[in-house]
Amino acid sequence: MIWVDTLVQGILLGGLYALFAAGLSLVFGIMRLVNLAHGDLIVFAAYLVLMGVTLLGLSPWVAALIAMPLMFALGWLLQIGVLNRVLGKDILPPLLVTFGLSVALQNGLLEAFSADSRRIPAGALEGASLDLGIVTVGVMPLLTFISAIIVIVALNALFYHTALGRAFRATSDDAVTAGLMGIEPKRVFAMATGIAMVVVTIAALYLGMRANFDPSIGPARLIYAFEAVIIGGLGSLWGTLAGGVIIGVAQTFGAAVNPEWQILAGHIAFLAVMLLKPRGLFPRAVD
Amino acid sequence: MYKLTTRTRAGTATAILIVILVLAGLALPAVATRGIIQDLFFILTMLTLAQLWNLLAGYGGLVSVGQQAFVGIGAYAMFAGVILAGWNPVWAILLGGLAGLVLAVPTAFFAFRLQGAYFAIGTWVIAEVTRLLVAQWKTLGGGTGTSLPREATSNILGTDAIRALFGVREAAARDILAYWLALLLVVLVTGGIYWLLKSRLGLALSAVRDNSEAARSVGVDTGRLKWAVFLIAAAATGLTGALIFMQTARISPDAAFAVTDWTAYVIFIVVIGGIGTIEGPILGVIVFFILRSALADYGSWYLMTLGLIAIVVMLFAPKGLWGLISARSGLHLFPVRRRLTGPKIEGGF
Repeated sequence: MIWVDTLVQGILLGGLYALFAAGLSLVFGIMRLVNLAHGDLIVFAAYLVLMGVTLLGLSPWVAALIAMPLMFALGWLLQIGVLNRVLGKDILPPLLVTFGLSVALQNGLLEAFSADSRRIPAGALEGASLDLGIVTVGVMPLLTFISAIIVIVALNALFYHTALGRAFRATSDDAVTAGLMGIEPKRVFAMATGIAMVVVTIAALYLGMRANFDPSIGPARLIYAFEAVIIGGLGSLWGTLAGGVIIGVAQTFGAAVNPEWQILAGHIAFLAVMLLKPRGLFPRAVD
Repeated sequence: MYKLTTRTRAGTATAILIVILVLAGLALPAVATRGIIQDLFFILTMLTLAQLWNLLAGYGGLVSVGQQAFVGIGAYAMFAGVILAGWNPVWAILLGGLAGLVLAVPTAFFAFRLQGAYFAIGTWVIAEVTRLLVAQWKTLGGGTGTSLPREATSNILGTDAIRALFGVREAAARDILAYWLALLLVVLVTGGIYWLLKSRLGLALSAVRDNSEAARSVGVDTGRLKWAVFLIAAAATGLTGALIFMQTARISPDAAFAVTDWTAYVIFIVVIGGIGTIEGPILGVIVFFILRSALADYGSWYLMTLGLIAIVVMLFAPKGLWGLISARSGLHLFPVRRRLTGPKIEGGF
């Protein structure tokens, strides 16, 4: 029974990682951009939501709704102003720029909010749990998992059933040819990053409500997110969810054996998948 | 009558200047304070790491974000040699290089299956795994770390001679020894990379950097080349890590495997100075040190500035500061370009 419980907790934890990873997966799939600042942007969004809660007295959900357009604008500007200029055949420039951004963001947050760990107050939801007969699950992890699925369904609908999604797929497959068909890749990229930042805000909301956060935790979230994206395969959002779940389950089982092995087990699961399938489990696009 | 050469006047002048600088550097502890020696130790070790990362990313096309794995494993191997086997710390540094090399084999086997961005993330994950595994090593302090025992630090090879020579205390003598070793290491690494770039291997490396397919079509074995570069860089990074932690005499997994210290800073140094050149990291480390000294009192503002400068440099001068200088003046202090020299060819129209 304990194993079933561990498995369920792991799957639900995977939902959180999938949320971290969904925005990254979108951006990575469309423009092959490795955004090393993704984790720090999640933390940044969490502080934005926290400010809405503490300064304006809003509920976390409303604060997140207000933060979304702000983050969209930030992502759009970041792409137009900085990232579009360094995107190209060479992966090094965007990698270095986002690395610079990551360090700048981390230390900017440290200066603004200090190193104290904070938490977004979630009221009654915080300790609530649900008895499902076989296992008891926390309401918050369950909500996170459901949100992850909603986000992925929504992104997939956008990707496969809208004109914007068609432009996304076309640019992902071949930016030059897409350009010939009247699509402007740079605007498409800006939209993609903007949308990714909206997803980041949702991820930040759950990150902040579920556990304490401080300015330094971004890179660790980035690693989990990247592992989920890579395990899932380039351009596959459901693959990203599967990747998140694999890491989540590996972590909870690792922790069940020895609490010190939690993170290690997640990384080893990633390495094992990479050894067997270097392109991930369900790659949609080729790089 | 005609011959192929890389020698230029600027190159010769640089060589002479470097010999003078190294000799002056060797004699420096006679006059410099302990603070200056420690600063120089920091500069020299960061320069070594930067040259090695530059070799990987700038020449080998291997953008690793996991070099802290080799710094950390080198440092831990040195501590293990001293604490578990009772080696003298100076000899144990060599063990650090060996450990870097040994770790590099499985790392390369795994990471070379991955391309581009996947490679970068893969190396980072391997570094994290190494850190977490080392943190389980209870005899070396586990997650909290440990210090070099008193009896080991008090009779490091050569410190007695240094104490007698300069009339300094034991701790200062250890700093001087570490500084000399760092000087030796930076000369060996920079000289070695320069020699490598001038050799056949270097020609092949430049060819791969400029166009991997074209290089392969003329018979360059790119796979073997990447292995060679990765292993060399890993072993030398391990040596550097061991040396850095011999000087501090205290280790913990978080410090030894710090992605900020051993990879982020190093990348900034290379990028700001100019990637793909030997001059770049030298210029970069000077800028880095000046910034660090100027902004040292402002804590996190310093790192924020560094990050923003890296972004600005990448946007407006992708070849770094040295790239700007070199493009304007045509100056190459470490010439690697082959030129045909001989009597001027007469005739034609």
